[in-house]
Amino acid sequence: MARTIQINPITRIEGHAKISIHLDEHGLVEEARMHVTQLRGFETLIEGRPFYELPSLMARICGICPVSHLVAAAKACDDLFSVQIPRAAILLRRMMNLAQIMQSHALSYFYLSSPDLVFGMDADPAKRNLFGLHAEHPQMARDGITLRQIGQQIIELLGSKRIHPAWVVPGGVNAPLSDEKRREILAKLPEAKEIILRTLDQYKEALVNFEPEIGTFGNFPSLFMGLVDRHGNLEHYDGRLRVIDSAGNNIIDQHDTLDYASLIGEAVEPWSFVKFPYYKPMGYPKGMYRVGPLARLNLIDQCGTELADKELLQFKGGDELKMFGKRRDDAPVLSSFHYHWARLIEILFCIERIESILDDPAVMDTHVRAHAEPNSFDGIGVTEAPRGTLVHHYKIDQEGKVTWSNLIIATGHNNLAMNRGITQAAKTFIDGDNIREGMLNRVEAVIRAFDPCLSCSSHAAGQMPMIVELVDSEGQLVRTLKRDSTNS
Amino acid sequence: MRPSNASIKTFKINGRDLSGRSNETILQVARDNGIEIPTLCYLEGLTPVGACRMCMVEIEGSSKLHAACVTQVREGMVVRTDSERLRKYRRMVVELMFSEREHICAVCVSNGHCELQMLAEQLGITHIRYPRLEQKLSVDASHDRFIQDDNRCVLCGRCVRVCGEIESAHTWDIMGRGVSSRVITDLDQPWGDSETCTRCGKCVHVCPTGALIERGMSVAEMLKRRQFLPYLTIMREEDR
Repeated sequence: MARTIQINPITRIEGHAKISIHLDEHGLVEEARMHVTQLRGFETLIEGRPFYELPSLMARICGICPVSHLVAAAKACDDLFSVQIPRAAILLRRMMNLAQIMQSHALSYFYLSSPDLVFGMDADPAKRNLFGLHAEHPQMARDGITLRQIGQQIIELLGSKRIHPAWVVPGGVNAPLSDEKRREILAKLPEAKEIILRTLDQYKEALVNFEPEIGTFGNFPSLFMGLVDRHGNLEHYDGRLRVIDSAGNNIIDQHDTLDYASLIGEAVEPWSFVKFPYYKPMGYPKGMYRVGPLARLNLIDQCGTELADKELLQFKGGDELKMFGKRRDDAPVLSSFHYHWARLIEILFCIERIESILDDPAVMDTHVRAHAEPNSFDGIGVTEAPRGTLVHHYKIDQEGKVTWSNLIIATGHNNLAMNRGITQAAKTFIDGDNIREGMLNRVEAVIRAFDPCLSCSSHAAGQMPMIVELVDSEGQLVRTLKRDSTNS
Repeated sequence: MRPSNASIKTFKINGRDLSGRSNETILQVARDNGIEIPTLCYLEGLTPVGACRMCMVEIEGSSKLHAACVTQVREGMVVRTDSERLRKYRRMVVELMFSEREHICAVCVSNGHCELQMLAEQLGITHIRYPRLEQKLSVDASHDRFIQDDNRCVLCGRCVRVCGEIESAHTWDIMGRGVSSRVITDLDQPWGDSETCTRCGKCVHVCPTGALIERGMSVAEMLKRRQFLPYLTIMREEDR
């Protein structure tokens, strides 16, 4: 008798989703699917609005990564202006984007995933959360909170507001950086650097405990896509697209982001509100690719900053990975478990880059905004958000009102890979006749490794109730496994 | 100021003994004496119309509420500008305005500088109890300098009055009735095609919300400058 297990909702992620695991008549996992159960709807909402409002409007998609949407929307508006924006504005926007990646990665790693990594996948759910972490490893919990705080404070110092700052506008930013704020930001960076270096060491030490998970948490060949700068190095604000295959060969390089549509196709499945983007030349679903920290580190030549490059060397060719069967130094890291590691290296990179931007005298220039009327009716903005490549594409009419838009959110790119990843983990860990909480947690943890931002807004405080239902092929409930918010 | 034949009246506002000229309104006297009454459609320098009902006050001996901006002072009157009943009505009026159109402060160009938002704040409004009308009204961006967004209009009529009374262009007017009323330019033509608009921008700066704005403004950037109005009015009066 075929059955379905549901994990609903998935906990410790940003947004709302559920997983269904389909079992065959022998109780073996056939397939697992992640259903995103909420609708964003922003594309319709902005129709008819003047495009000047778009950055702040689109920032409201998300409370965790508003800056990513701000920046992508503002870049799309710059494209509508068709003007070169001031260099200081680019540096300032870039800095805010880096601060945002830093705080978002800290949130994902420390708040959402570290309980699994510290206590183990089978640990008591009552302990396996941020509060448990704080009780047993107060220093680590404090590190996570401080790191996120520093990222958020940098955003606030630049844009006067931590969440949804209205500072990024079409044509640049609406206020220059003061010397006082520059010094304040600089003063915060040494502590951030100390924390991330300490965390990287802790993470690498803990890796040995997760051999089965590393082997099966979305560990498969796929394409990887992301932005690179003109030297092929790590780039989050501007840059061009690079796609590599699972052997590490560049199959597309320095591809103009304005032509994203020739690379990315979008498929739709009836069971999820998130589309399924795929690499167009290879078709659907064969053109599965991954984006985000793991993809970025896999496809770049170098980070471009001293300490991050040292870590990258170890990430790509270190003994830690050889232990798990990685053969060549230049081959991509295929296990999605290592999104966590990549995230930590990116935090280090962000700190180093912010430091170097602040050392550039050009960042203090007071000319930070270009004014123009739209000179094009089609605008595209592409950036790297914490979770991957983010595309905002707008069309406007003669009066400057939005007539059409398309958004490809980072999480969407990973949709195919996430589904493949949970299927792989479910096949390894789920035994249909004997379901334990720890097994299901592993399937959820695959999703957490990707750090999806599903709604782009999380309403979950702490851990939400989780219900697993075993349903037979006639729709009859066979068994219910419940984890409620009071005892978990 | 021209000499006036008005006589002096004495009366009470909120228990204070006050005096004022007979051609002055309760609102004028109250404000001259540091008594704040909330207003929205009223703007010093324009003819008061008593449209928004924010400045309603209680007058002893009358069961009705009276709009302070259009009610002249009378000898011996006893006025109350603040009571639970008045606060309840004012909150209701503001909530109804919020429910009628799309006032989403967080993404509005006038966020932080909006009179409707300030009123809501003053009255402690955190939620709107009435169902929203969910009207999707059009945005007129045909003008090369300004934008009209009906979704944020409260129909206070300030634009209509400043355009007619101060600029003497009378480009703006109100069409329709009740909730379907809309502020229009000329005979409901696109603003950009208006032959009467002098592009002076006074309407934009007297507008209390983000309904009339300058082009190119991003969220929270639309600052309105209204200081010009009393001076212009005085100068007009002296010319006459």
